[in-house]
Amino acid sequence: MMRSTEMIKRVLVAAILLLCLPVMAKAALITDKSFGEEDNEIVVKFASSVDRDAATTIENYTVYEESDPDIRLDLERVAVADDGKSATLYFAEPLNTLKTHVVKVRNITPAAAESFKVSKSYLGYLLSILIGAMLINNFVFTKYLGLCVFFGTSKRKDTAKGMGVTFTIVIVVSALMSWFFYQFILKPFDLNFLQIVVFIGLVSLTVQAVDTVLRKINPILFNAFGVYLVLVIANCIIIAVPLILADNEFNFFESFMLSFGAGAGFLLALYLMSSVRERMELANIPPTFKGIPIAFVVAGQFALAFLGFSGLSLF
Amino acid sequence: MATDKTSFQLVINGILNENPIFRLVLSMCPAVGISTTVMNGFLLGLGVLFVQVCSSVTISLFKNFIHPRIRIPTYTLTIATWVTVIDMVLAAYMPEAYAKMGIFVKLIVAFAIITMRLEMFACKEKVNASFWDGLGMGLGFMFGMMALGFVRELLGQGTLLGYDILGFKPLLFFVLPFAGFFCVGLMMGFFNYVEVVYKRAKAKQA
Repeated sequence: MMRSTEMIKRVLVAAILLLCLPVMAKAALITDKSFGEEDNEIVVKFASSVDRDAATTIENYTVYEESDPDIRLDLERVAVADDGKSATLYFAEPLNTLKTHVVKVRNITPAAAESFKVSKSYLGYLLSILIGAMLINNFVFTKYLGLCVFFGTSKRKDTAKGMGVTFTIVIVVSALMSWFFYQFILKPFDLNFLQIVVFIGLVSLTVQAVDTVLRKINPILFNAFGVYLVLVIANCIIIAVPLILADNEFNFFESFMLSFGAGAGFLLALYLMSSVRERMELANIPPTFKGIPIAFVVAGQFALAFLGFSGLSLF
Repeated sequence: MATDKTSFQLVINGILNENPIFRLVLSMCPAVGISTTVMNGFLLGLGVLFVQVCSSVTISLFKNFIHPRIRIPTYTLTIATWVTVIDMVLAAYMPEAYAKMGIFVKLIVAFAIITMRLEMFACKEKVNASFWDGLGMGLGFMFGMMALGFVRELLGQGTLLGYDILGFKPLLFFVLPFAGFFCVGLMMGFFNYVEVVYKRAKAKQA
């Protein structure tokens, strides 16, 4: 009798273990997943080798962006590594690697179906917004905004630095305020048509506030930067950034990165341009082209050079 | 201080002597960004014309009630109101053209030319004169944008207003977005040259 109860116990434990096996194994069936080197690849690594036929069948995969579950992405083919432990998914169209993608896998792993998310690290994503606003989509050279102030204040390096720094401070403060107003006042109360009035009002307010505070707290700094404050309002970038933030529904950190990148990009553009224009003072330029016309031609060449940054992705 | 110019002189002044784009070098963003076709230039010019005339008249009407210390924010908010109006009108009645111009319609609010005209002209002059000055400036802007669009569309695509004129594309380069810089620079240089030649001819006559 004793022996048979022992047997039953063992069988029960074994059965429970067997039942639990898929659950326990599921945690580590897929060891790693990431975007591949090309922008139309996703690489998946499995814990053990998988069935080659099942892993190369396109129908076994379902891929979509987390924000658009209805739009299934077209898979072209799947390649499995020699040891059967990793698979590369090739898509017909390049993926938007900034978004989180959901991959559902059927009949490949011991578990019947499984889904996991593929995304880049958030910090890398934030930095890519910063680099994007600064270099790839530089507001001056690839979006053609803020040109009046750009040509007006890029004659000398000192002016360029002063304007760039003042502008960066004002744009970060005003963009974050606009973000707050948009998310917590305009959107909940359905006042989207007031966007322009509210955003430009906030910019004027920020400029006035910085003016007053700086005048009282640090008169030396005010003497250096005060003259540029009025010009900030006439810069299209200062109103374009809040509009872009509202359009893209960015969160607080993304907004900070975009506005900071826009300011830094403007500073960079101003500094580059002023360096060239200081040298041009000495050059022999046809009299009809002196001053603004030749500055435009130089800016065009800068814009050509900045085209080289398109497609840059560091993270 | 009232201006002694007639309404006609004010309009011509905005179009030629103080052309916003080629002479005052203000509002360059749209001149570079979306002057790829004549139609784009015309539509945005229409928007600026509307905003400029309306804001000039508004500020001129209320000039005695605006405290000088808060005049700049007042101007900005006035412009923003009129831009919201034209933005919503264009979005409702011309959705295709509106999509093409993108963010630039909303950016009219930050165009330096409008604020500058309010500060230099409308806040001192009578309503009547402000209206004609606004009209001249708006037409001058529209003319500048259309001239740029004319050159870029004709040389880049060989078409005008979408109709095929040349049958071939002489300089495809001009359609590309960054060519706006080159185009504006070269045209400014050209207008300066014309002026120099004109003055020389006049001096010879005299």
